Amino acid sequence: MSVAAITSHTTSTEPPRTRRGFEDWLPRLVLAPSFAALLVFVYGFILFTIYLSTTSSTLLPVFDFIGFGAYSRLFAIPNWTVALKNLAIFGSLYIILCSVMGLFLAILIDQKIRAEGLLRPIFLYPMALSFIVTGTAWKWFLDPGIGLEQTMHALGWTSFTFNWIKDSQMAIYTIVIAAVWQSSGFIMAMFLAGLRGIDSEIMKAAQIDGASTVQTYRRIVIPQLRPAFLSAFVVLAHLAIKSFDLIIAMTNGGPGRATEMPSTFMYSYTFTRNQMNIGAASAVIMLMMISSIIVPYLYTELRGEKK
Amino acid sequence: MAFLEINRLEKSYGAMSVLKGINLAMEEGGFLVLVGPSGCGKSTLLNTIAGLESISSGEIKIAGRRVNDRRPSERDIAMVFQSYALYPNMTVAQNIAFGLEMRKVPKPERDKAVAEVAETLQIGHLLNRKPSQLSGGQRQRVAMGRALVRKPKLFLFDEPLSNLDAKLRVDMRTEIKRLHNSLGTTIVYVTHDQIEAMTLATKIAVLKDGHLQQFGTPAEIYNDPVNTFVADFMGSPPMNLVPGELVMSGKAYAVAIERDGTAPVVLPIANDRTVVSPAGQKVVLGIRPEAITDVDGADRNAKNVIRVSCRTEVVEPAGSDTFVVTRLGGKDVVARMRSDAAVKLHSTTDFAYNMDRAVLFDPASGNRVA
Amino acid sequence: MTAQVSTIADTRSESSPRSAPRVLLYAVLILFAIYYLLPLFIMVVNSVKPLSEIQGGNMLSLPAQWTLEPWQKAWNEAQIGVQATGLQPYFLNSILMVVPAVAISTILGALNGYVLTKYRFPGHKIVFGLMLFACFIPFQIVLIPTARILGTLGIAGTIYGLILVHVVYGLGFTTLYFRNYYEAFPTELVRAAQVDGASFFKIFYRILLPSSGPIIVVTVIWQFTNVWNDFLFGASFSGPNAMPITVALNNLVNSSTGVKEYNVHFAGALLAALPTLIVYIVAGRFFVRGLMSGAVKG
Repeated sequence: MSVAAITSHTTSTEPPRTRRGFEDWLPRLVLAPSFAALLVFVYGFILFTIYLSTTSSTLLPVFDFIGFGAYSRLFAIPNWTVALKNLAIFGSLYIILCSVMGLFLAILIDQKIRAEGLLRPIFLYPMALSFIVTGTAWKWFLDPGIGLEQTMHALGWTSFTFNWIKDSQMAIYTIVIAAVWQSSGFIMAMFLAGLRGIDSEIMKAAQIDGASTVQTYRRIVIPQLRPAFLSAFVVLAHLAIKSFDLIIAMTNGGPGRATEMPSTFMYSYTFTRNQMNIGAASAVIMLMMISSIIVPYLYTELRGEKK
Repeated sequence: MAFLEINRLEKSYGAMSVLKGINLAMEEGGFLVLVGPSGCGKSTLLNTIAGLESISSGEIKIAGRRVNDRRPSERDIAMVFQSYALYPNMTVAQNIAFGLEMRKVPKPERDKAVAEVAETLQIGHLLNRKPSQLSGGQRQRVAMGRALVRKPKLFLFDEPLSNLDAKLRVDMRTEIKRLHNSLGTTIVYVTHDQIEAMTLATKIAVLKDGHLQQFGTPAEIYNDPVNTFVADFMGSPPMNLVPGELVMSGKAYAVAIERDGTAPVVLPIANDRTVVSPAGQKVVLGIRPEAITDVDGADRNAKNVIRVSCRTEVVEPAGSDTFVVTRLGGKDVVARMRSDAAVKLHSTTDFAYNMDRAVLFDPASGNRVA
Repeated sequence: MTAQVSTIADTRSESSPRSAPRVLLYAVLILFAIYYLLPLFIMVVNSVKPLSEIQGGNMLSLPAQWTLEPWQKAWNEAQIGVQATGLQPYFLNSILMVVPAVAISTILGALNGYVLTKYRFPGHKIVFGLMLFACFIPFQIVLIPTARILGTLGIAGTIYGLILVHVVYGLGFTTLYFRNYYEAFPTELVRAAQVDGASFFKIFYRILLPSSGPIIVVTVIWQFTNVWNDFLFGASFSGPNAMPITVALNNLVNSSTGVKEYNVHFAGALLAALPTLIVYIVAGRFFVRGLMSGAVKG
């Protein structure tokens, strides 16, 4: 073996200690730009936005301090109250319907069906599409002038009316329909992964114990899906608070401001109504809502990891 | 001068100390085995020698050179990992040559070195395969080839046989021993298997909870354990540890041990032993199973053979020997009889205790007192 | 993470199916499939109809007269804002934005994941936690300062500005993916390479990267889908010349002037959907894997 050639490389003159030092620091140097960017663009900007909410900024940022008056003014704005109410309606229906439909579909798919490989992608493809795209489809399909209502009339059901999207009382529910359509397949996939993670011997044991299929799911399977429920809740709740594109595409906040949500409120007050401090305050409220869900979740997930 | 020297080595993660003042020294061409139960720090010690983990204080010298601040690649070592750590995307030949390539050895020389190692390990026909296409034993050989090819000063083995089945493990053990004998390499080897330690080592270091318990030749560790932990850990079945009391029998020391039903057994201590405890003290008698035999099977050269009759509780024929369990001092005591010895279950039988090979420990500290 | 994917494929043994409930089961599943396919069907069917057919009545019927004119109009004639350019230039904008944004954020994510699993340092968990939280913030909280800093850097209203924003706010996810993947990558391989004398970048390039194929695909698809579909950043920072296709599509559909050409809107929506839809059809399982590991870590 070519020992001489090799050892001459490995036992060459001792390198200065700084070389090991540099190699030790290199990994951290590689991570540093990303981390610094996030510190500035996420955490720095969050602080900046919080600060803006305490200034008198309107069209452009003003660097003064007028206290937390923007928050009390925010909550006195009727549009903001509407936005919060809409978020409550939208969020709770979105979470409940997506979970119920997702779980139901997952259980159906889990019955050893033949065409699983075909059905699963069909249930899931909406997640790959932009909300602007699907919003366009739903906007015109639900439009009474040309969409579903008109189609039913053409098919002979002339008394059929479905004009929710034009009705300021009902418009928010059309957003729910479109959003549930878009996300429920994703929730199905989460529950399906949970179902597939359950030990099949437990199912066999339940069968031997004489439990029916419904009883097996209700008493044995669904209680074991707690982690999947928690993940689904966190994902859906944070998507609900962030939803913006779909509303813009379907109703643009209307009719009137009937489908205003915190995200659209923030956008219009900051960029079109030139009340930057109010916009900043509403963004801070949104962050607080999301943090109250995400922070405990991430904390338990990260702490749960070994080491 | 020692080839591998470890002085006052300390290693801690934050407040948790995992290696506490380790001192070791080994000559060139030696085979050092680090052994101990899991969590004792043996793998950490190996990793600090490799330079994969930094040390908190102390020093490590390889061939007289202090390597504390050296990167692994600058220590002139090679390592065989428990999982073999073969690069999955490279062929066997590329795996073996990778270390040479990193050291910018020219391609023709690399090929030559790989071919030679492949011949030594008889893996020539595997050179173009990927690791996923190899059996466990073959992977093990490739991992050794990767270490051998660089001819480093020091070889490190981290539980290399623990992923193999029992039969293959024995074969590979012999193989490693043969390679060590023929190549004269210096090896540090980590295992939790005390039989591997006994068969391979020229020196054994027994660790527990980050402390070095005993460092010596296999014979020293086996025959002269410094405490009850080493006595119990090394040997299979382990050394019998029986509580008793130190007494004077005439001018000589003896150990009195309670026995069910009858008077205590009194076992005299060999005259040449230094006993550091006064009479009347509680002690633990340590005696290996093979030092308790049937009367005819007793060592004829032993000076101190005592005959003790005991009731047999369990008889386990093991082919080459028969193990017999009796009760003494409230403990099960295992004796190793010849396979043809006439022993009946639940009968009183005479045993020959070779007291030349008995040792005494302090029951509180576990340390040797004679 | 890989475990999760494999669990989606059922390995349980077939049980004897009883027929009546099975028929019902399949009927329900097919109904759901129709429901999920409906909007796509509507878009496709009505994008190849003349406008008069839509105005006249049945959105669910197949075209009486097939035409590709709406597609052609959406591509290069339709009025977007003040110009009648069609979606073509904005489609190009989206491509120019997506390719570098995805490439840069994936490379950085891979390096970050490598450091966070194989070169741990005190506080690595806090660093990762801070990066992870960034995945979930409502971007409204950073809109105002980001607009300012893009202005300061002189890249407001440009594609460069959008690339920067998508790289920075995509880092959390790309790092998460690679970290979880490399977490399961045997550390002994890295150690073996260190003993073999490979440097930090050599180990990454020669040992980790060749085994990273699946996670690179997952990350690229995830980032591609997210960046392509983004609307909020595009609407806030793009200006008239750097508009990505989602913003252009929204302008087209929601412009208040002129006749509403629904067939052109549907064709435009499909144009905007096509790249992500094709990726989904070709590599859907990787997309699902990305979705899942974004939601359920580990």
